[in-house]
Amino acid sequence: MLAVAVDRVWKYFGDYPALRGASLSVEPGACLALLGRNGAGKTTLLRILAGLSKPGQGEALILGAPSRDEGVRKRIGYLGHGIGVYDDLSAVENLRLFGRLMEMENPARAADSALERVGLANVKDGLAREFSRGMRQRLAIARAFLHDPDVLFLDEPFTSLDDRAIAVLQRILSEAQARGATIVMSTHQIREAMELASQVALLERGRIVHAGERTAEMLADPTWLYRTFGEAQ
Amino acid sequence: MKRGLLAALSIARKDLKTELRTKESLNASASFALVILVLFSFAFDLDRESIYAISGGLLWLVYSFAGALIVNRSFARELPNDCLDVLIASPTPAWSLFLGKAIAAFFLLLIVEAISLPVFGLFYNISWTGVFWPLLLTISLATWGITVVGAAFSAVTVNVRLRELMLPVLLYPVLIPLLIGGMGMTTQLLSGNMAAADRNQYLRQLIAFDAIYTALAVYLIEFVLVV
Repeated sequence: MLAVAVDRVWKYFGDYPALRGASLSVEPGACLALLGRNGAGKTTLLRILAGLSKPGQGEALILGAPSRDEGVRKRIGYLGHGIGVYDDLSAVENLRLFGRLMEMENPARAADSALERVGLANVKDGLAREFSRGMRQRLAIARAFLHDPDVLFLDEPFTSLDDRAIAVLQRILSEAQARGATIVMSTHQIREAMELASQVALLERGRIVHAGERTAEMLADPTWLYRTFGEAQ
Repeated sequence: MKRGLLAALSIARKDLKTELRTKESLNASASFALVILVLFSFAFDLDRESIYAISGGLLWLVYSFAGALIVNRSFARELPNDCLDVLIASPTPAWSLFLGKAIAAFFLLLIVEAISLPVFGLFYNISWTGVFWPLLLTISLATWGITVVGAAFSAVTVNVRLRELMLPVLLYPVLIPLLIGGMGMTTQLLSGNMAAADRNQYLRQLIAFDAIYTALAVYLIEFVLVV
């Protein structure tokens, strides 16, 4: 069974087609870098995969079921553009809340362990609004990975992270890959993405123009993909 | 079902906790209710009989306006940091997310009502303690109606730029049957001349409104939140 299967998905915003029959498949345990210029449809596709939006036409299946399936959503982790934590709750209150919503058996223990992993255990009772930007980003990472999801959707995960948050994210992503989690991430940071990715897909104006294994050429020259398959070729 | 209800309680508890910390909508709503009640008491020089005749209408207009300020924040509270996306992506069903929002708004509006009711009694010289329990039932039923419809429209308007304007425009026409029931019941209770038949009709009206709109909102909220 594929971890992610996107079959001819269209999505319109008014008359504008943000996705035009996009198709994609991701094997379990793979790490897919979803590349493309601004407006290519990366965020729209990720939102459909995370169950935040419905396709106009076509089908998006996660672990064999529609992304709005409750059982599937328990196994999904999502890190979008916003950090997705409440400013007026403490770090530990935020994570306990999301632990309960994720239907975890022991949200309190999971919250403490996640805060330990991202280096925020010593400030766990501090309100998120009092945290520095880097600490808030680490809290967001702890929230997204709290329930050890089987499939992760990350939208521009490295954008505007400080060096410590980048290190935390890279370590947690490596741990997720090691335990066999599937990762789909959109990014403009091609070099970082190529190092992590096992698969690459390029979106252009709502269409997947290339999808396949990450090759040695891509790793050696991150712009190779755009030059070979992109519109500018 | 049980998991959904537990998730709704978690959402409600989170909303109450954050609101009681910031008092964003609570302060605005309670101040607004008190100012309107005090201003009206000076604006009209009414005899005792007339005061009783308008008591229910006045009280429910104040409560419904104060309620709009509370419910406006229901889903808007989730916009900073894109928290709404995280809630929708979680296994929490949309209906329990909605129910949690409605429960929190219900208790917040009850707090505003509990603050403003003694002020209403004081400034209008109306005694309500003798009908406390039936009045509490009326207030609870009508308040649930306001918050359940309000929370639903708060979800509809959450991404609208002029949501503070749009929400009342959508909300009040729908609330008319509820407000008629609440106003009628409250006026009759406070003036003490209520026939059992009238009471039952108003109660049925409030219960029917609550049941219909709760069921509709719970059923439709998934289509509102995930588009």
